[in-house]
Amino acid sequence: MADAPDRPLVHLDHISKHFGEGETRVDALREVSLDVYPRQVVALLGPSGSGKTTLLNVIGCILDPSSGSMELDGEPVLKDGLWLRPNLRQLRLDKIGFIFQFHNLIPFLDATDNVALVLQLASADAVATRTRAVELLDYLEVGHRRSAMPAKLSGGEAQRVAIARALANKPRIILADEPTAALDSKRAGIVMDLLRKVAVEQDAAIIAVTHDEKIFDRFDRIFSLRDGRLDEGVSAESR
Amino acid sequence: MNLAYRDIRHGLGRFLLTCVGLGLLLGVVLAMIGIYRGLIVEALTIARAPAVDLWVVEANTRGPFAEASRIPGDIREAVARIADVTAAGSITYQTVETEHRGDKLRLYVIGYELTRPGGPPAIAEGREIARSHYEMVADQSTGLALGDRIRLGRHVFTVVGLTRHQVNSGGDPAIYITLPDAQKLQFDLAPPAARVQLARGTGGSSLDTVNAVVARLDANASPEAVAETVRRWKHLAAITQEAQELILTRSLVDRARRQIGLFTSLLLVVSAVIIALIIYTMTMEKLKQIATLKLIGAPDRTIIGMIVQQALALGFIGFAIGATLIFNTKDYFPRRVVLEPDNVMILGLIVFAVCLLSSGLGVRAALRVDPATALGG
Repeated sequence: MADAPDRPLVHLDHISKHFGEGETRVDALREVSLDVYPRQVVALLGPSGSGKTTLLNVIGCILDPSSGSMELDGEPVLKDGLWLRPNLRQLRLDKIGFIFQFHNLIPFLDATDNVALVLQLASADAVATRTRAVELLDYLEVGHRRSAMPAKLSGGEAQRVAIARALANKPRIILADEPTAALDSKRAGIVMDLLRKVAVEQDAAIIAVTHDEKIFDRFDRIFSLRDGRLDEGVSAESR
Repeated sequence: MNLAYRDIRHGLGRFLLTCVGLGLLLGVVLAMIGIYRGLIVEALTIARAPAVDLWVVEANTRGPFAEASRIPGDIREAVARIADVTAAGSITYQTVETEHRGDKLRLYVIGYELTRPGGPPAIAEGREIARSHYEMVADQSTGLALGDRIRLGRHVFTVVGLTRHQVNSGGDPAIYITLPDAQKLQFDLAPPAARVQLARGTGGSSLDTVNAVVARLDANASPEAVAETVRRWKHLAAITQEAQELILTRSLVDRARRQIGLFTSLLLVVSAVIIALIIYTMTMEKLKQIATLKLIGAPDRTIIGMIVQQALALGFIGFAIGATLIFNTKDYFPRRVVLEPDNVMILGLIVFAVCLLSSGLGVRAALRVDPATALGG
């Protein structure tokens, strides 16, 4: 377990999100507060419709919350339900890395370019981006597949390249949506070990939505969402 | 990193096949434009061939192409004496059908006076007619070769020269023979018919009838003023070259021209819709990737650039394929296909504009994609 330093990388303060109004109103998140610290690997559990993805989207600055405040990497980005930065895409590029259930690599770019793309979007020069991309692929032990197209990669290799892409811009917050759902137990374990390695060595916080019980022991903290409310710990319903 | 190029390179075969399909479609559009232009050019070819300024025809007619016209051959001498007329020649026109090597051959026969205006504009092969009788200059599109002998009426003619692109408004290839031969062909009756006419007391009329007299004017002369002089004789109509060309394009081939023009416009609209659908479909297939790009922080200009560049590449390559195809096959069309640089350039600009507009549909769809759709299955 990682120690919790003073300043959280993700700080959620009474975040709420509802869809619709009146009789059709659905409260997806209710007054959710959460602090995630550097080097922590955190799981979000919950049954379908409990609000896991909504919470991940709010932390990823993809979805506008109805109310609440949020700080990412020490920077206030949301206050009283209003974004403080006009360009949320740049905010994501600067601060957040995403890992997807099905890797979501760009199919027409090879492994190196999939990683280098994020760096180029952040305006790094071409030579530097490729060097950094290759370094990351080596770091995630998939450097030997650097020229392979996504379709030629195995599930585990593709997910490692996706992790490399998430790390490319040195974000300190990594959001993962079912990162091991498409992998067998062995590869799921390898991916989780890599995520822990990343959290520790990159001083990052990792928040993963998962249903995968076989990897529960790899998380520092586990939160359960039920009817939009967040609780720490695993309940039977959340599994 | 150029995403549009990488995407195209990744699915190169499919992209090229799409380009070929679009190229064939644009080739058809170009062909129709060429046929449209060819129709107008062909309609004007025979009227422009003698390079004259004035057409003198039968009174109250708009001959000799739009309406039938018959005037005495000696009118030529009277026209030649008018002030500002530098040269005049008599001409006959008629369509005949004959046989050559077992095939039917439809010909547009032009009779002219050897040393006067009205003859072939340029000889592509062989020589001009040198003898008074039974020689002809034929257009290459007849399929005739130098030395070929062909029967017209009751006489056999030898091909001594060939012209290029000399056809009438109906697309029938032109042949040139001497005026006396043409008059015999047009007006000389077969012996039994001549005997019948003689028995009825109507035979023996003069053969010296022509369809028109053409005149070249002094460079500083006003064709309309000379035409007015001719009209004052009351029994003749005079049409300037400009008016003659207007008659040909507005009257003679107007319906065909409008028909092809309308069809070409429809084809252009269909092409535009197909281009729009192709580009829209290409974008829709990439929505998940676009959502991922947005999620990882790609700005709109990166996504717009990818879609617009692919749309333009598709249009440019498709257009190049279509243009290459038509430029290499246009001579095999039964009728003339005329493609001027301005036609090609205008269609190119239309394709460019259509691609830009079509990519706008794709861009709109791409910009509306929620990056959250990249998350989850």
